[in-house]
Amino acid sequence: MSDRIGSDEMVGDDEAEGKVETTEQDLWFSGTEEPEWLVGATHEPAQEMHKEETDERLRQQLGIVVDDDYVGDEIVGDDELMIVNLGPQHPSTHGVLRLNVELEGEIVRRVKPIIGYLHTGMEKTAETLTFMQGPTNVTRMDYLAPFHNELAFSLATEQLLGTEIPPRAEAIRVLMTELNRISSHLVALATGGMDVGALSMMLYGFREREVILAFFEKTTGLRMNHNYIRPGGVAADLPDGWEDDIEGILDQLPGALDEFDDLLKENPIWKGRLVDNGIITTEEALAHSITGPILRSTGLAHDLRKAAPYSGIDRYDFDVAVGENGDSYDRYRVKVIEIQESIKIVRQVADTMPRGDWKADDRKIVPPPRKRIDESMEALIHHFKIHTEGFKVPEGEAYVAIESPRGELGCYLVSDGGPNPLRMHTRAPSFANLQAVPLMLSDSMLADAIAALASVDPVLGDVDR
Amino acid sequence: MMPIWLALAKVLLAFVVGLGVVVLLVWFERKIVSDLQNRIGPNRAGPFGILQTVADGLKLFFKEQITPSRVERFVFELAPFLAVVPALMLFLVVPIARPIEITLDGAPYLLSFAALDINVGLLFALAMSSIAVYAIVLAGWSSGSKYPLIGGVRGSAQAISYEAAMGLSMVAVVMWVTTLPGVTDMGAMSVNEIVLRQQGTFFPDLLALSWIPQWNLIPQFPAFVIFMIAIFAETNRAPFDLVEAEQEIVAGFNTEYSGMRFAMFFLAEYLNMFTMSALAVSLFLGGWGGPFLDTIDGWAATALSFGYFLFKTGLVLFLFVWVRATLPRFRYDQLMQLGWKRLIPTALLWLILTTLVVSFREFGAPWA
Repeated sequence: MSDRIGSDEMVGDDEAEGKVETTEQDLWFSGTEEPEWLVGATHEPAQEMHKEETDERLRQQLGIVVDDDYVGDEIVGDDELMIVNLGPQHPSTHGVLRLNVELEGEIVRRVKPIIGYLHTGMEKTAETLTFMQGPTNVTRMDYLAPFHNELAFSLATEQLLGTEIPPRAEAIRVLMTELNRISSHLVALATGGMDVGALSMMLYGFREREVILAFFEKTTGLRMNHNYIRPGGVAADLPDGWEDDIEGILDQLPGALDEFDDLLKENPIWKGRLVDNGIITTEEALAHSITGPILRSTGLAHDLRKAAPYSGIDRYDFDVAVGENGDSYDRYRVKVIEIQESIKIVRQVADTMPRGDWKADDRKIVPPPRKRIDESMEALIHHFKIHTEGFKVPEGEAYVAIESPRGELGCYLVSDGGPNPLRMHTRAPSFANLQAVPLMLSDSMLADAIAALASVDPVLGDVDR
Repeated sequence: MMPIWLALAKVLLAFVVGLGVVVLLVWFERKIVSDLQNRIGPNRAGPFGILQTVADGLKLFFKEQITPSRVERFVFELAPFLAVVPALMLFLVVPIARPIEITLDGAPYLLSFAALDINVGLLFALAMSSIAVYAIVLAGWSSGSKYPLIGGVRGSAQAISYEAAMGLSMVAVVMWVTTLPGVTDMGAMSVNEIVLRQQGTFFPDLLALSWIPQWNLIPQFPAFVIFMIAIFAETNRAPFDLVEAEQEIVAGFNTEYSGMRFAMFFLAEYLNMFTMSALAVSLFLGGWGGPFLDTIDGWAATALSFGYFLFKTGLVLFLFVWVRATLPRFRYDQLMQLGWKRLIPTALLWLILTTLVVSFREFGAPWA
């Protein structure tokens, strides 16, 4: 059965001869009465964890069937089990994640993540925005790594357009995304530390991130939701004196990382909490299509920057951080090493930044400079067209994936030849990684569950979109 | 025999000192932690924000006390009192300054500054700190809510495990102190007496070493370490703050409390911190003792000794704050392991060693 979106324009050659398979869909329009199947499927109680799940399908659907490493008594009375609701306003669920946790004393038996509290329909919104406006939308998805969202969207659009990007724009993109990776991992270290009770880590991590965000603000005008990387290049050149800013960041970060290591790396309590906590194997990770630091912590050196280089990142020399055991401690180490590797990349980019244009020389896609509008009639027309109607993108579909701090961030775009995407889908790494949570958390202590959840580092804006 | 007004005055003094220090302690902790974390900390209420606690207290005093519908009302309302009252009572046995000779009804009288100077002072302290556990357990249980219940269970297990280690380290100190010359007719279990017996120096004859004070810290160092770890756990402070581990069980046993009832738990936590630190100072660091106390006399010496007491307690409290800003939190089972598998065996071993040394000192070594 084909789940292809779109009308007959989209149908491939062989399907054009009337062999199109169609399925009847139940449709519901907002404003009309909700049919029962919809109420049952989407209302909140339907998602909640139930006390006794006798129905096998429901058991598989709602959480995990505990059968692997269950060590307690086989028969546990109902009164010994307690379903506790962590979130959506819980201090350590980072945003609005809600976990239904079944506790037997202190031990977590089953976990069920409930998502959707931050769902704002961004993928649908993208269909009403032009390709030009797209980055403003996607940048709000993973709010800790906005540049990566913009980059994935821009790369997908450029693939449809077939535009060549000047080297300086590519270098700036790498510079910004790698700095963003550092800032995102710093947040993960900070909140991860806090969730294990190392309260000072919270402030130390955010302190270092602040330097990077100041540079972002100087470059893009905003601390987050930048809309800086756009189809055709970047929105503006790097500010004057950017080399000094980068130098300042690169001088400060290694010292800060050493401080974090002093505080955590060999700390017996920290190691006692994280080593062998929330273990996931490579097979399990692959089966749940988990990517990013979690996958690498299991020992598989899968990094899209190496596997499918984008934006000329293969020009720079760096290593892929790999763990061994797939536990929370390895995930913590992988993040620290990735920060160090990103520092290496940023240094190389800063040293080899090409001169030249920072956006593509294609007047149909890139708005002309402000000065040209006063001089040239054509520039005025292009400016007007791009900003009102947007540029048209050839028919077709494209999927581009990049390595975001949380894993494979893919952008799938379908164009029908108009200025708006017909469909935009984001392959959100946090969403897939969140599937690891029941796997990691079940049959561990409650405190371990929190530590493992923190090491997964989900961003709910990315999960729900 | 002490007249009743004097007893009341001493209790009142202990009350005022205890609450006064707590007000400063909350501010002290917030300031130190903010310094360690590159923050500014409270700086609005009063000079340097020193009145922040007063402002917070006033606010909580006027807040509504919400009683959730599913609570066990009597126990729920009793628990905050069970927390505060033992914390205050515990402080009564601690001498806060050097005793002074006064004339009472025409007769000379040695006025001690421990409000409750009894010959079972340490037992009383242990008993009071045990009662404080009931506050946590009952608050958690009576709240009729899940997070407080988990917090309450954690609290009871933790307190029971660490009380044993704390008691054993105290016993070692008491045994050691019995070998020192007595000062008053109270036994070696009176905290006042323990402090008095620590005055003086170890080697009064050796000029180079004559400055080393005769504190229990030196001969009883392992007991001191065990005692410090145990009081961190007893007061539910980081890294043993599982009872109110925010990231796991929100606010733990006091999740359902609000207004003044919450303030009482808060008060009790800091009071416990202060009294336990004061107890540590009295048992190991020579209490109010310090240099130049013998060169002056009268109330000036008493005031100076009170200053020494506050200074030493402040150092121990700084340790509390420092640890809180540095260390991650233990897990429940790790906490139990540390308590039962490390601290208690070590404490027992040290107790045996102390017993041997004390016996040899009392009765002579068998080879001598």
